[in-house]
Amino acid sequence: MTKIDTSRPETVLPTPSHTVGPFYGHALPFPGGGDIAPVGHPDTLTLQGYITDGAGTPLPDAFLELWSADPEGNVPQVDGSIRRDPASGGYLGRNGVEFTGWGRIQTDANGHWSARTLRPGARGQSAPYISVCVFARGLLVHLYTRIYLPGDEAALAADPLLNRVPAERRDTLIARKQDDGTYRFDIRLQGEGETVFLEYQ
Amino acid sequence: MTLTQHDIDREIAAEHAAYEKRLADGAPVEHQPRRDYAPYRSSVLRHPKQPPISIDVSKDPELVELHSPAFGERDITEIDNDLTRQHNGEPIGERITVEGRLLDRDGRPLRGQLVEIWQANSAGRYAHQREQHDAPLDPNFTGVGRTLTDDSGCYRFTTVQPGPYPWRQHVNAWRPAHIHFSIFGSAFTQRLVTQMYFPSDPLFPYDPIIQSVTDDAARQRLVATYDHSLSVPEFSMGYHWDIVLDGPQATWIEEGR
Repeated sequence: MTKIDTSRPETVLPTPSHTVGPFYGHALPFPGGGDIAPVGHPDTLTLQGYITDGAGTPLPDAFLELWSADPEGNVPQVDGSIRRDPASGGYLGRNGVEFTGWGRIQTDANGHWSARTLRPGARGQSAPYISVCVFARGLLVHLYTRIYLPGDEAALAADPLLNRVPAERRDTLIARKQDDGTYRFDIRLQGEGETVFLEYQ
Repeated sequence: MTLTQHDIDREIAAEHAAYEKRLADGAPVEHQPRRDYAPYRSSVLRHPKQPPISIDVSKDPELVELHSPAFGERDITEIDNDLTRQHNGEPIGERITVEGRLLDRDGRPLRGQLVEIWQANSAGRYAHQREQHDAPLDPNFTGVGRTLTDDSGCYRFTTVQPGPYPWRQHVNAWRPAHIHFSIFGSAFTQRLVTQMYFPSDPLFPYDPIIQSVTDDAARQRLVATYDHSLSVPEFSMGYHWDIVLDGPQATWIEEGR
């Protein structure tokens, strides 16, 4: 049943998704998962926010993955996000020099997450954005969204996706600059202020 | 009021009947669970109520989601895919070998992609601090592994058979034995997290998580096949489980070159 005969295309059907459950914490998160920007990079951007459910309660058992282009708009093709140590079997972590464009960040007990990355450059017709994939206990299929950054209003106004989002929900896709210089991006899974989620076809 | 297995059984049957009716009325086959599946109570407040906005990737081949982060030899060690060798001693339990291919929707192998797994030990206990199940921890088993698919898209793990375990959604709730998988494809749109089950588990009908996949054929695709040719003589039992990633990718780039 799960040996797929690739000579019969009608049998090549997708493997269903399942929730990550509550016990991924010793398996998927890794030290420095949110430290995507090279160490000490002058253009480091700090993102932070909460993930909340339909009752407004923050999720202590969720994680997200960020994936974006580099500042020139190129897709990073360098590995090494989760470098392992063959001597100890532990993590070496990122080398602090290369930019892999990808990070994995779990929420803390307060449902808060943060990450440091570089502001992506534009690609194609889109304003610069960071792609986000959300996973949580209770979420049977992960959710995609995007973090757009404020600043270049003309680019945001021309973005094909933002132009298709109802005006009252558009702000859920744009991070807000805080007084401390960080960018706030909350993810509301359900209810008032529900984040715009995406599917790709 | 205490939630019983009988209550959950009725809800599972109702969801299944509703899906069968949608099919009979001409709706498409649902390969994926719905995020709103009340028999699994944790989904109730954690699914969006607004429909997702659909992005037609053919309109913009430059989308970063059509690419995937890279993982390489630096991101794994040689024994990361052998969960029986990560401690000084041998873990307790029936050793198993799990092997399969990672494919896209066109049946093409996905090479060099990261596959991560995690699981309970043979007594049904996770090495996770929040785990409350009163079963023994195994000092020689963490239950975490990772590997990269090879040039034919194959992955392979050596581990021990995980045990079923109770959880507290309702009275006498038990999860069928399973291994969690996290998988990357050639595009971020193909990202998948799921669970692999073992053949003929008597707990399947009672478990709202596997039953969240309401299509009978799709649910069967989560169940590995016993494969005697993968059993290692005098060492392990073999299971085969192919994985097919959904989601569009930038295939036109290769074809256009």
